[in-house]
Amino acid sequence: MSQDWAPMWKELGLDLKAHDELLNVLGKFYNDIFMSQKDRPQGMQYFDFVMSEVHGLRIKELLDAKAQSRKVIATFCLYIPEEIALATNAVQVGLCGGAEMGFNIAEKYLPRNTCSLIKSFFGFSEAKICPYFEASDLVVGENTCDGKKKAYEIFKDLRNLYVMDMPNMKHEKGRELLKSEYIKYLQMMEKLTGKKITVESLKKGIHIANEKRKAIGRVMDLRKHNPTPISGKDALLINQVAFYDDPLRFTDSVNKIADECEKRVKNKIGVVSKETPRILVSGCPMAVPNWKVPHVIETNGAVIVGEESCVGMRNIRNLVSDKGNTVEQLVDNLVDRYFKIDCAIFTPNKDRLDHIVQMAKDLKADGVVHYSLQFCTPYNTESHLVENTLQKAKIPLLKIETDYSMEDMGQLNTRVQAFVEMIKK
Amino acid sequence: MKEGFTYPPSFFLFLMNMKKQKTAAGIDVGSRTIKLVVYDGKQIVHEKIVDNSYNTSELIKQLLDEVRYDALVAAGYGRALVEIGWNSPSVSEITAFAIGCSQEFPGEKTVLDIGGQDTKVIRVNDQGKVLKFEMNDRCAAGTGKFFEVMAKTLNLTLDDFADLFEPKKKTLKINSLCTVFAESEVISLLAKGESRENIVYALHKSVINKIIPLIKKVHTTGDIVFCGGCAKNHLLHALFEEEMNQTILIPRSPQLVGAYGASVIAMNSLLKKQSQDMK
Repeated sequence: MSQDWAPMWKELGLDLKAHDELLNVLGKFYNDIFMSQKDRPQGMQYFDFVMSEVHGLRIKELLDAKAQSRKVIATFCLYIPEEIALATNAVQVGLCGGAEMGFNIAEKYLPRNTCSLIKSFFGFSEAKICPYFEASDLVVGENTCDGKKKAYEIFKDLRNLYVMDMPNMKHEKGRELLKSEYIKYLQMMEKLTGKKITVESLKKGIHIANEKRKAIGRVMDLRKHNPTPISGKDALLINQVAFYDDPLRFTDSVNKIADECEKRVKNKIGVVSKETPRILVSGCPMAVPNWKVPHVIETNGAVIVGEESCVGMRNIRNLVSDKGNTVEQLVDNLVDRYFKIDCAIFTPNKDRLDHIVQMAKDLKADGVVHYSLQFCTPYNTESHLVENTLQKAKIPLLKIETDYSMEDMGQLNTRVQAFVEMIKK
Repeated sequence: MKEGFTYPPSFFLFLMNMKKQKTAAGIDVGSRTIKLVVYDGKQIVHEKIVDNSYNTSELIKQLLDEVRYDALVAAGYGRALVEIGWNSPSVSEITAFAIGCSQEFPGEKTVLDIGGQDTKVIRVNDQGKVLKFEMNDRCAAGTGKFFEVMAKTLNLTLDDFADLFEPKKKTLKINSLCTVFAESEVISLLAKGESRENIVYALHKSVINKIIPLIKKVHTTGDIVFCGGCAKNHLLHALFEEEMNQTILIPRSPQLVGAYGASVIAMNSLLKKQSQDMK
């Protein structure tokens, strides 16, 4: 790390000892999982740097922004439109935890059989090891799954929390609910930041977020080529960093990688040989540093060519239209885009099933690995329909249900190796 | 032979090599036992099973030192040890079982493998290729380890355990599949005066109930072949046949199927390499 950030962390109120442990684990993980890869695009160096400074320089930037009276909004979910935060000149960051840290503290509040994602954010917050919590002015939750909904009821006594309501069916009433929630949220953000959202500022927010989606989309689309120009782990990292980094700088760096990957494709240079089995990963989000399943897949002789996930395609698919002369029209445009997100909290959720098949075909995947977190009812249950749909489409599927622990690594390796052997041509 | 003419020594070496049959070894390093098979392309020429322990690498070395082989492929939970220590390729036990089983049972079939700590159901085509598979969750529920712990609780050896199957009533239920909870359930049944026969039967039934849905997810039609250490358990076998309403086949050495499959894969890669060398 370039600088000693300990004084900053101390001032933020982090538990320095526990936080050091987290950074040690993160550093070791990162080295083993990312730096051991061969033939990575040069542009990944930027992401290595961002990851090495994820609790350092980036937090300093957030604190500097606050010093200029900008607000920092921390969120957990794709349904919170970044465009609104950007329109108020606020900074929006993602909070989801991807490590089994602070679980013993989280279990003081939550049942043991809560999914790792929820336990992790609780643990990171209450073990005082996440500077993003400490640097944020407001945490924004959302009524998506039951686990989160109920956890927020407890969490609201621990942090400054705003919870957005969510529809769970995609009919007109559902759309109306989402729109009214977005308007409520917009008004709350105006009050919090003291800035009136105008057509101009919201269009600017829409533009920044769209450019970010387009840049990531360029890299993701290039992975359809064989050999693929970038590993699944690196592509996941780009999708993960999208939730932390400054959007303009991030977009610029991702476009550079896309340029580099374009050249690679043109020169038929890939990260793996052409014969390597190609896998689409579908399911629950993977937050930093949850690299377990992608690492297992890519060390067992396959390459990941797509992520049908919140930390993946769900985050970048569809743009927001900037056509409109009133703030309300632009909010309608936001609703149009966000209402299409096919999270498993929606019922029915056929769009997602079709999208998985579409992605598998577009990316020329030889098989799909469906990943769901243990105790994640929406994705776990939906996996049955995913299985039926893929069977009809004659696309091989491996269903994995796991958590953040390492105790099932033996079984996972066996399953994934067998699956790769099965789909190998 | 004409006087004055001598063959160069390399010629004799060539002849010897021609005569010497190439052999391939497959080793299946399981959680409870390690299995070794040496295969000459036609038949198994050597086979051995030893109990696994804390010193797995040492046990693998002892097994491999006893035999001669030209290629080696490892399967099972400890396959990474062989990969690193013997610089040889590995294969998942799922693929190994599919191929091993197809040696003895050609045709499309379903392979059920209940080993020391996991259960796998594999659908295999007539070429020995895996079409689909299911595996139990991470815990040892309904596996060899489960039976081992239960037999010990009932003060029986594993062999006696399976032979003891004339229950007076077949309605007794063991509800827990968790090895730890089932053990306490068994202890409380004993305390209530239940006979060992009834308990043994109920334990087998509980395992069957766990595995049948797994089989039904994978099996369509045709033969079912039961492999792995638990295939030696007659009661389990009989109950499976009753439940599936068909004959369930058992290989000659059900425990060796994975190692056999690995040896066949090793032999195939050896033959492939030979034909490439010839070109």
